[in-house]
Amino acid sequence: MGVKEGLLALLSDGPRHGYQLKLDLETATGESISINVGQIYSTLQRLERDGLIEDGGKDSDGRDIYQITPSGRASLAEWALEAVDLAAAGRDEISLKVLIALSTGGLDPRVVIEHQRRFTMGLLQDLTQLRHREVDTDLAWQLHLDRLMYSAEAELKWLDRVEERLETAQIPERVTDVETPVEEGV
Amino acid sequence: MSEPVLKMRRVGKTHGKGAQRVDALVDIDLDVAAGEFVAITGRSGSGKTTLLNIAGALDEPTTGNVWVEGRDLGDMSNHDLARIRRVSVGYVFQQFNLLPALTAAENVALPLELDGMPVPEARGYADISLEEVGLGGMGDRYPDQLSGGEQQRVAIARGLVGPRSLLLADEPTGALDEATGESILRLLRDRCELGASALMVTHEPAFAAWADRVVRLRDGQIEEISVRSMVPASTADIRR
Repeated sequence: MGVKEGLLALLSDGPRHGYQLKLDLETATGESISINVGQIYSTLQRLERDGLIEDGGKDSDGRDIYQITPSGRASLAEWALEAVDLAAAGRDEISLKVLIALSTGGLDPRVVIEHQRRFTMGLLQDLTQLRHREVDTDLAWQLHLDRLMYSAEAELKWLDRVEERLETAQIPERVTDVETPVEEGV
Repeated sequence: MSEPVLKMRRVGKTHGKGAQRVDALVDIDLDVAAGEFVAITGRSGSGKTTLLNIAGALDEPTTGNVWVEGRDLGDMSNHDLARIRRVSVGYVFQQFNLLPALTAAENVALPLELDGMPVPEARGYADISLEEVGLGGMGDRYPDQLSGGEQQRVAIARGLVGPRSLLLADEPTGALDEATGESILRLLRDRCELGASALMVTHEPAFAAWADRVVRLRDGQIEEISVRSMVPASTADIRR
């Protein structure tokens, strides 16, 4: 997911070989993802099979060069302009956990919320510190960091909201069957 | 470990009597060490501001003790308390309360001058403080020549002016835009790195995340949420 489009996007800028594509893709995404070279080659094979890229000969070192086809460009444009639908993005694990806890006698959604809040607040603190310290890092990484921070913030606000709603709905606290794990050292 | 700059033990605060009695704070234990930045979150009405006022000697607890720089506030004379408020504790609150007849720099220097610091020295600190909040060169303006956001920043500069060991902030980024608000948090963070302690009340998770330690007030009691005593070694810890 995303690797296919990433490769097409890079190739739309000019032909290159597989290992170069791996490096360029990591740089382009602010090194927020790491892809093994095997996955790059298997994706390239699929793209070639589907006619989205084609053989572009060999470079001076004898490495296979790939280039994008017109239908590859069309496919890239289609992907870039298609809005991502949050509601259709599939399962949201935190939401699921809270909802399942709510409907299950042996779980207290508050306990789930409490653990999730600790974790995500810690993450948001780390991200905030990183941004505070690394003001000169590359733009791609900064944008990715912003995205993570807004997501963490939204999640924390949602958890607060859930707690308020549970209180308003007067959902009684429950004894959970789940043993509370020992807190990790800080 | 050295004595915390702020120490609260079994601090309780009760408003009203009889049927109207409300326990705003119940048995609060809280330490803020030198160099530590602590954020208090919680819903409105959870007692956050009451806690901050008690920490800053602006309100008295019903029960329990508060020590600032190792001194029990309950044992101090009004004169000593006033001095602690002027010299040791910095307050950043939502209301500005700038004196309209004084310039920005005069407003900022005022607490130091009231404490007997010579005017030139106090003005020197005021200039540094104004610079810190991004208002360098605007010290000669009067409050009515400044925007609302600028007035708030002058009030922040006044709250933080001079060498203070304990900084208390109540929703300090209130009327500020995101970038300016962030610069204020950066300032609190930097002051802590230079050795001050900060206690900040906020309902915004993104602001609380600037702190080393985040606690939550709920039904007048403290819940620890998250402690980050150290910074991740590098982005490599987050990048995958």
